[in-house]
Amino acid sequence: MASNAAVPFWRSAGMTYITYSNLCANLVRQCLKEPYKTEALSREKVHFSLSKFVDGNPQKPVIRSDSPTE
Amino acid sequence: MFRRVTVGLLARTTEARPFSTDLQAAQTVDSTFVEAWKKVGPNLDPPKTPLSFMRPRLPTPSAIPSKLSVNFVIPYAYEVSGKEVDMVTIPASTGQMGVLPGHVSTITELKPGVQSVHEGNEVTKYFVSSGFAFIHANSIADIVVAEAAPLDQIDSSLVQKGLAEFTQKLSSASTDLEKAEAQIGVDVHSSLNAALTG
Repeated sequence: MASNAAVPFWRSAGMTYITYSNLCANLVRQCLKEPYKTEALSREKVHFSLSKFVDGNPQKPVIRSDSPTE
Repeated sequence: MFRRVTVGLLARTTEARPFSTDLQAAQTVDSTFVEAWKKVGPNLDPPKTPLSFMRPRLPTPSAIPSKLSVNFVIPYAYEVSGKEVDMVTIPASTGQMGVLPGHVSTITELKPGVQSVHEGNEVTKYFVSSGFAFIHANSIADIVVAEAAPLDQIDSSLVQKGLAEFTQKLSSASTDLEKAEAQIGVDVHSSLNAALTG
């Protein structure tokens, strides 16, 4: 059975739909006029701490953040 | 004995099977669960199931309704919630699509473009980045997008700059992924441009 539909170019380049959608949304946000632009960009900021587990033990946590840390 | 079997079979096959597009109204109470509960614990009230918390789906009306009910949502807001409108045009990936009341059930992926909501004489236009639109048989349209902005919040000089930047990136891109990203940039900015000028 051949593929059901033409594969979109970003899918064949290895990008997932979520990445594509978030990229488009970011591009639109960057083209907004001033007060809306800062609001939109600050709304999307994330701040989280990630720690990988090896052999049942958490490794040192890594903080990923869009806001500058002291 | 075997005559009864054939009668039974025949009765079942000649019964009209409902189409999946003719949806009945959804139930709010899970009746089989409630009956089973009452058998086991007749004095206790049955707990609520998720079904009772949801708003019931409206039945498919037999005549075409005059208005379309639209739910246009973004991750941080309900832009349009259950508003009755005459028509919505959405930027489907196959092209600009107009949705009137009584539209056939459809699920489409949206591409970056302009979406407009028409009610009487007023038209509200939004630029949507990408998402999906679900149109149900009972004339309810759900449009879910990652980012939407009214056209007057878009800055045309930034759009031009972005377009020039991405066209340049597209010509200088080396890996497939870079090319794809640059292509996406060009697509989004050119639809933004078209939205502002068109």
